[in-house]
Amino acid sequence: MYVAAKGGEKAIRNAHRLLAKRRRGNRNLPDIGLAQIAEQLALAVDRVMAEGSLYDAELAALAVKQARGDLIEAIFLIRAFRTTLPRFGASTPVDTGAMLVRRRVSATFKDLPGGQLLGPTFDYTHRLLGAGLGEGGEAEMMPAEPEAMPRVTDLLGADGLIEPAPAEEGEEPFDITRAPVAFPVDRATRLQMLARGDEGYLLALGYSTQRGFGRTHPFVGEIRFGDVEVSFFAEELGFEVSPGTVQLTECQMVTQFTGSASTPPQFTRGYGLVFGQCERKAMSMALVERALRWAELGEEKGAPAQDEEFVLAHSDNVQATGFVEHLKLPHYVDFQAELDLVRRMRAEREAAASLKEAAE
Amino acid sequence: MNAMVTGSEAEMPEIGYNFAYLDEQTKRMIRRAILKAIAIPGYQVPFAAREMPMPYGWGTGGVQVTAAVLGPDDVLKVIDQGADDTTNAVAIRGFFEKTARVATTTRTGEASVIQTRHRIPEQKLSEDQILVYQVPIPEPLRFLEPRETETRELHALAEYGLMHVKLYEDIARHGHIATTYAYPVEVAGRYVMDPSPIPKFDNPKMDDCPALQLFGAGREKRIYAIPPYTRVVSLDFEDHPFEVQHFAKPCAMCGARGVYLDEVILDDRGGRMFVCSDTDHCETRQAEGHHGEMWGGMLAEDAR
Amino acid sequence: MHMVCAITPVPTLPAAVPGPGFADPVFGAQAVFRAVMNALARPGRPAALVAGFTPPVPLTPEAAAVVLALCDHETPIWLDAPLAAVPEVAAFLRFHTGAPVVTDPAAARFALIADPMGMPDLAAFPTGTPDYPDASATLVLQVSGLADAGTDAVSLHLEGPGVKGAERIAAGPLPADLARRLAANRRLFPRGVDLILAAPGAVVGLPRSTLVREG
Repeated sequence: MYVAAKGGEKAIRNAHRLLAKRRRGNRNLPDIGLAQIAEQLALAVDRVMAEGSLYDAELAALAVKQARGDLIEAIFLIRAFRTTLPRFGASTPVDTGAMLVRRRVSATFKDLPGGQLLGPTFDYTHRLLGAGLGEGGEAEMMPAEPEAMPRVTDLLGADGLIEPAPAEEGEEPFDITRAPVAFPVDRATRLQMLARGDEGYLLALGYSTQRGFGRTHPFVGEIRFGDVEVSFFAEELGFEVSPGTVQLTECQMVTQFTGSASTPPQFTRGYGLVFGQCERKAMSMALVERALRWAELGEEKGAPAQDEEFVLAHSDNVQATGFVEHLKLPHYVDFQAELDLVRRMRAEREAAASLKEAAE
Repeated sequence: MNAMVTGSEAEMPEIGYNFAYLDEQTKRMIRRAILKAIAIPGYQVPFAAREMPMPYGWGTGGVQVTAAVLGPDDVLKVIDQGADDTTNAVAIRGFFEKTARVATTTRTGEASVIQTRHRIPEQKLSEDQILVYQVPIPEPLRFLEPRETETRELHALAEYGLMHVKLYEDIARHGHIATTYAYPVEVAGRYVMDPSPIPKFDNPKMDDCPALQLFGAGREKRIYAIPPYTRVVSLDFEDHPFEVQHFAKPCAMCGARGVYLDEVILDDRGGRMFVCSDTDHCETRQAEGHHGEMWGGMLAEDAR
Repeated sequence: MHMVCAITPVPTLPAAVPGPGFADPVFGAQAVFRAVMNALARPGRPAALVAGFTPPVPLTPEAAAVVLALCDHETPIWLDAPLAAVPEVAAFLRFHTGAPVVTDPAAARFALIADPMGMPDLAAFPTGTPDYPDASATLVLQVSGLADAGTDAVSLHLEGPGVKGAERIAAGPLPADLARRLAANRRLFPRGVDLILAAPGAVVGLPRSTLVREG
């Protein structure tokens, strides 16, 4: 016998209670602390800050904990919080040239001022599961003090070998969180969308350019990770104040050269900049950013990674996961409409078939 | 004015949310978009949709429109698939009870603002009501032309031939227009508009409706509107006029005819029944003494 | 990417602090918005509006309430000559909304008109583009009365979206050729400007979608 489905409220309450219980896990084990997450799962926290577009390691750690380690869910929590914060304005452009560098590698020069600085990296680790780690093995201390060093692209730029970085326009850039995006987009908009874009998505698109779908002949001019001071011009005070420093990863790809009758050949740039230590993301972003510049550089279009509306409109994982997952919401009204039509068409077909049979 | 929702765990950072969730500047931005949407019926106004504490695709556009419109004297009703008690409707209603502290109702006639997903209530709406639709894909031309840059141009030129071609191709292939929900309409003789995924059964209710109809698409960042008493025509052809679904049987619970029904599968031997998708309409009719063929059985079940 | 940081801006106060706006900014703005929304959704039908504050003359409370409810730093405001002649008006609006006050009507999103008889052509304000007809101005015209509107009143016959059958309004003072101007505005559709008449205690909407003739 049919009983109308009732009690949605109770079902939701129970589901959330169960979620809270599962989140805590076995109560015989200690509860994980936010400081532990921020310190020991730092790259997860960095990714949440980067794609959540909010630089706050403590909140990101809370989001990771609340999301039970589901990073897209954590990014979603951070975004939903971020949107409620008042915006006081835009910082002045950060100077990554003045970064106190903790890691810096260049694939284009063997040595350069400041040197190659491996810093904290998974590179060259033998990916052998560390037995010691599971039992709380201690790592050796990192000795080096971070220091500032010149950017590789500035060294190349001094000789005119690479296109100059776009000039600072002095205007506050378009803010994708404050106004709807209309295509085609300007550089600031493109970079913002890529900076908060999904790491896996950009990785796949960047990879596709390497495999020939929009090849840009990239070299890692430089990847640097370190601390950069943020400055904010306070109109009402009439001077700049610094709310603090942020950790950033910057990747400058040195890519396919151009030249014309009027300008001698020079390399072009693909740019990636991300909160925290998110090297894979910064590199992927730089590849995709460069691929999207095909029109400006007079290149041929045809690869998926060059398709601005396609790439940017689908880069946001919070949007993507929401819409994909919304398919689990009830759709029975629409399904009923389809069901009715399919049944009708089948009935008509059967009727036509039996009519034909009778005639034969 | 700032209702703080503060964490209780000792280690939790202090977090505060604005009253009614949206900040005033956001509300102003949404309100301005709503006004332009009303002035240009059926045109999709871009707006800077905020990230809401619910997933994209789950009603963030409708929620933002409702949040911008709601006042302390409003009475809110939220339905999903016509029902007040579906989980997402419950979640959204709870969101507004918590953040805006408005009165809520399940009675269509008592509500001043009704947020809906996929249905228009069966009861005729009044001049004092606002119907807010949750919209997943606001662009009626999207499945013919995926690019916003192209569709915007088509709307600017009022070039809707593509849509007619698509509908006619359906007829050629299936003998019917195969679109059964989100069926495109022309608003006030100008814009072709996606009515959101309501069954085409509901399309005629949009025409000359006394209530203001507002549409919010959060992920796609669009707001559009149909003012009251506006001509809304479902696209069709002379030889294939628009028609709505008809159900062979009345509602099994309240006996209503000419309403939209949900099919419920009762067993694995082909047993099924049809009941009103609009739960308030069905309950009201039952309370008024209208009974369908399975109503008695329902009572017997309750009595046990 | 924008930094969210913990600096509280210190507002710079003008020489004389402007008078108060809404007693309750949240619910005051909401109520006024609803009145304006109802007015534009039902062209020609007055929607009751109570500002609850007194702006500097010649700005009227109703016109000021519309602007305070809807404007901020994203919406440049244009003032007509009688309003621009009183610096306290711009100071009041800037203080309460943060909106820039512009002198070029083509740069305005909102226009405040105290003297509709002397107002510029409607097309002097942004009418949007075919792609983005919403990128257009909203004009707030101060009128001294509806129905019983005196010598410079005009009487309009309205049809179109939001109007059940037909609606008739009289309001003034308004330019004698207002119906002709509104008809020209209608011909631009979907482009065009939208008008709000701010009368004592009420607003009336005349969106671009409305078909207007004298009568």
